[in-house]
Amino acid sequence: MSRVKLNHITDDDLVEGTSLGRDAWLRLRKNRVAMISLWLLTAVVILCFVVAWFCTDPNVINLTNKFASPSAEHWLGTDQLGRDLFSRILYGGQISMLVGFVATAVTLLIGISYGAVSGYMGGRPDSLLMRIVDTLYAIPFLVLVIILKVVIAGLVTDLAGWTVENFGWNKEFVFRFANIIPLFITIGALGWLTLARITRAQILSIKNQEFVEAARSLGLSDRRILFRHIVPNTVGTAIVYATLTIPSFILYEASLSYLGMGVEAPNSSWGILIKEGANFLETQPSLLIIPGLFFSVTLFSLNFLGDGLRDALDPKASKD
Amino acid sequence: MPIRFPHSVRAAVLAAIAALTGCGGPSPVEKATAEKTLLLGNGAEPQGLDPHLVSGVIESNIIRALFEGLCVEHPSENGKPLPGVAESWEANERFTDWTFHLRKDAQWSDGHPLTAHDFIFAFQRILNPRLGSEYSFMLYYIIGAEDFHQEHRSKVICAEDPELPTPWETVEKEVNLSGNPEAAEGSFDQKGLDHLSTDELRQLKADPSLLSWPESIPENTRSFLIDHLVAFDESGESLWDRIGVAATAPDDHTLEVKLRGPMPFLPELTKHYTWFPLPEHVIHQFGAEESRFTDWTLPGNLVSNGAFTLKSWRINDHIEIVKNPRYWDAETVQLNAIRYFPISNVYTEARMFFNDQLHATYALGPELIAYSREHFPKELRNELYLGSYFIRCNVTRSPLSNPKVRLALSLAIDRQSVIDNILQGGQQPARGLVPPSGEYQSPDLVYFDPEEARRLLAEAGYPDGKGFPDIRFLTTDRESAKRGAEALQGMWKEHLNISVGIDQMEWATYLSTMFKKEYDLAAGGWIGDYLDPTTFLDMWLKDGGNNRTGWFNRDYERMLREAEQIADPLARYQKLQDAERLLLEERPILPLYWYTRNYLLHSDVKGWHPLLLDNHPFKFVSLESSHQ
Amino acid sequence: MLRYLASRIFQGFLVLFALYTITFFLVKAMPGDPFTGEKNIPEDVKRNMREQSGLNDPLFVQYLNYPKEVLLKGSFNYSIKKRRPVVEIIAQAFPASFVLGISALIFAVMLAIPIGVISALRKNSWVDYSGMAIAMVGICVPSFVIGPLLQIGIATRVPILKIAGWDSPIDIVLPAITLGLATAAYLARLTRGGMLEILSQDYIRTARAKGLSTGRIMIVHALRGGLIPSVAFIGPAFATLISGSFIVESIFQVPGMGQHFVNAIVDRDEFLVLGLALFYGFLVVIMNLVADLLVGFLNPRVRIAELDG
Repeated sequence: MSRVKLNHITDDDLVEGTSLGRDAWLRLRKNRVAMISLWLLTAVVILCFVVAWFCTDPNVINLTNKFASPSAEHWLGTDQLGRDLFSRILYGGQISMLVGFVATAVTLLIGISYGAVSGYMGGRPDSLLMRIVDTLYAIPFLVLVIILKVVIAGLVTDLAGWTVENFGWNKEFVFRFANIIPLFITIGALGWLTLARITRAQILSIKNQEFVEAARSLGLSDRRILFRHIVPNTVGTAIVYATLTIPSFILYEASLSYLGMGVEAPNSSWGILIKEGANFLETQPSLLIIPGLFFSVTLFSLNFLGDGLRDALDPKASKD
Repeated sequence: MPIRFPHSVRAAVLAAIAALTGCGGPSPVEKATAEKTLLLGNGAEPQGLDPHLVSGVIESNIIRALFEGLCVEHPSENGKPLPGVAESWEANERFTDWTFHLRKDAQWSDGHPLTAHDFIFAFQRILNPRLGSEYSFMLYYIIGAEDFHQEHRSKVICAEDPELPTPWETVEKEVNLSGNPEAAEGSFDQKGLDHLSTDELRQLKADPSLLSWPESIPENTRSFLIDHLVAFDESGESLWDRIGVAATAPDDHTLEVKLRGPMPFLPELTKHYTWFPLPEHVIHQFGAEESRFTDWTLPGNLVSNGAFTLKSWRINDHIEIVKNPRYWDAETVQLNAIRYFPISNVYTEARMFFNDQLHATYALGPELIAYSREHFPKELRNELYLGSYFIRCNVTRSPLSNPKVRLALSLAIDRQSVIDNILQGGQQPARGLVPPSGEYQSPDLVYFDPEEARRLLAEAGYPDGKGFPDIRFLTTDRESAKRGAEALQGMWKEHLNISVGIDQMEWATYLSTMFKKEYDLAAGGWIGDYLDPTTFLDMWLKDGGNNRTGWFNRDYERMLREAEQIADPLARYQKLQDAERLLLEERPILPLYWYTRNYLLHSDVKGWHPLLLDNHPFKFVSLESSHQ
Repeated sequence: MLRYLASRIFQGFLVLFALYTITFFLVKAMPGDPFTGEKNIPEDVKRNMREQSGLNDPLFVQYLNYPKEVLLKGSFNYSIKKRRPVVEIIAQAFPASFVLGISALIFAVMLAIPIGVISALRKNSWVDYSGMAIAMVGICVPSFVIGPLLQIGIATRVPILKIAGWDSPIDIVLPAITLGLATAAYLARLTRGGMLEILSQDYIRTARAKGLSTGRIMIVHALRGGLIPSVAFIGPAFATLISGSFIVESIFQVPGMGQHFVNAIVDRDEFLVLGLALFYGFLVVIMNLVADLLVGFLNPRVRIAELDG
């Protein structure tokens, strides 16, 4: 196997952070697919977080007008209880994006640091940390959810009630979002395990590379070597993994909401809309397809943007 | 050298080609019809096949085919029992003393003769407190059965004893006889005097302070009770005999039962699996009769007396039962086998039916009812069912402690709209709690009137919903439960301007939240165990166990007690109706609708008629190919 | 190597014991108990039911009893609800889950690795985009949609395929596809990412510059390193796949472990939950060990000795 010694550390990495960002942006702009994705994503975000406030109430029920076709009043028709599908999708998008991004961010933060530390330290600490991961992996998740629902949900409700009373915040607004906090805790508790394993595996393969030896010989601290020089090499995989976990967390939210964790009825989320829509596969497929389209477009965009970002941020990529 | 495929491979390839080109063989249903095997969707994996240790409809569907009681269901008429193991039966005028004459040719599937003693054995077993059967109360009608099951030993042994120093009424009220669940784990106080073992009683004799005694019970009474209990235990006499539980077998083919109240519908009750005989000789072979964990119900071990016997059982896959050649009426039985599939996913089940994989589904989702009405109108079944859906109100909490609030909530529900738009199964809007069954009519007190609802809410102190506290509606994790809850939430908002939050919880959490009364409103339902209003009315007694609303009313208790002693069916119904009226006026529960059974039934299935309890007797069901 | 294995096996036991401890107390902390049912059961009847399963003993005694039974008698106790030995229930359910899991994994690997590798080699071409688009479908369309779509779209048209059921080998096809698609999507994305990472490494560039053919570079150098993230992912994913999936099993009526995992918890069937958790933990320990060994094999820089101190 041929290997060539090359020092990865250049002063650019350390000093000229701003120019790196500008370079990256310039590179990203050249990537047409990534740019289209960026625009689509922006559009969805604007729809969900801005346009939504001008839409009809997503929770108003009109049983006699269920499964209506698209019309001037209901742009995308109505759902099984006669609620406006368009505003349910937009309001649901707020929750789902929040869940997807925050939960993924928590996962990334814990997973990468845990895996990196474990892999870099090696030896007994590594064994211990990885066996902890193994243990957590096998804990029945549903049991944890049921307990957390009972333990945390009450606390969060109390907290939300307290903010409403003391700060005069809008009650419905607060409760709509407060209910997903237990969800973050639940997902955050166990969602990072696979990522930790993946990161560790990569760190193991990188940490003996020559540039690390070089960094050590320069007398850099372990922490600096690990987080400034080694971890950035795993970011590519981490981004890829993140774009995969976002959709699964969004769908997870729907499953958990049936256990009383996550969005509370009658509020919607994309996961819930898709789950409910799946029941009408034979009878009203549009209830599945329309929310599914919003969901997919967002995720496809995220994914291609993620790839673009990865390329743009990779200092080595420019040499291709 | 030519390549040779083994035969099986070649056959498989040919089959694959044939199948892919559309010349597949007969469908699973066509094949099964030809073999006279009924393919049934059955909801979920049964918790077991021991008739004393199950309580669900799913288990009942299988157990009814395997075992047979004194009477069996009529294939098409409700409440008309046909002879089963009993050839004939008669009762006295008050319907309290019954004699069943068992047929002489009845036998178990292993050839062992079936006698009245198998019934007595079964009764003793289900009433044995060590077994821990959930359904023992179904036999409480028999004189002495309740005392035996709850081990009222002090009462049985000492109550009538003239030498008892303290009057029995005082003892019964004051002494810790049946245990105190709050006492320390494993303590005598937790168990109670009646539940102590012989050894524990001896310890207590040496040191009476092991149990907390009230001041009102003097020393001599304490030692009298303990001494007599120890003496009884040492005598080796069985509690059953001492009580003289009034179920006896004067000879092998006669069963006599004496009831504590008139019960014209006893034959109806004996169709329930809690009254079935069990094979003593087999159960003892696999362990103690009170053991919950024996293998006697597994294929190869299970011996039954019904039209079918157990052939195979694969968990979460299927249970297959086959015709029992030793069944006394084997000539009537047309089916060769029944295969039960535990399909919990209703969409999968319906698709299997649409694709000719099942003869009948267990359920049908609301979305698919409308779809089937259009595409499978002949197969769609929509039948009345003895079940009632209602919402429990926690009357121990404000604001639902106010009957006006409860009534307002009830009046604001547009039941017809819920049925037409959400349930879609032709359910009936509830006019009371008890669904129509036989002669009984529930008082017509439940209806939709938003005007009246607003007026009542204002009277209760919340005009236009102002100042009404946030209340929560507890429901389960089903998607259909959520849809219904959302609709009700919308109606209460629209008509009363109050906001009701929805709490979805998985089953056991939902139940335990309800038991602890940590709810405001809770979704609930009840399926009748037998064709009589008491199966719905008894649960609202103070100690009914399934009450859980905190509601009770002395008049209501009194009326139900009085009804128990009325032998004339119509007068009895009148009394029960009065009780129901009282319940509805107080409205601790908000009835919503009466159930229907919606399912799909293949046209090959014959002899299958609508029944209120949905307990189709499989011995009368047959299969005939409907298309040639 | 042997010392390493021995140490990992010892660690495996510790993991299982820790898992048992956590699960035991979590299960006890859940609201409700195995005898919570819609119909009320009087307290003394409940006490008798608990008695037969040893649930009246003090908590700590129960905590010690279970491992004692397991280690001394090899007994994993009875399922409280189904009243059958836990071992028997798992033994009945595992074969189906195992066959399904293996098939799903094979399907996923066959589909995903080629897509990932080709996408990486032809980065940012239409091949790449369409490959990744296929992968994204596997992610965006959840199994509770794919399953029914396959039932309606394929099973109704191809006579030998059934809607659901588990009788003949052909019944594996649809559930395996449903179960495998999501895994395939993860694998394809991770493989592509891993490959890109390696392809941009200097030693590969050098090899290319030396004029080695693309094919040889691929096999000898790139694939080994490029598969590291995928292999690290497959370890636990495999354990998950062969221990069953509730959704796929309930859609296709597969008598596997996934349904038990959910139902045992909903039923509060303590011993079944414990048995299943330990069994799953055992699989995770084994699979992660295998994955670690494979990573070591794929990446000569990771020496086995270093996997463990």
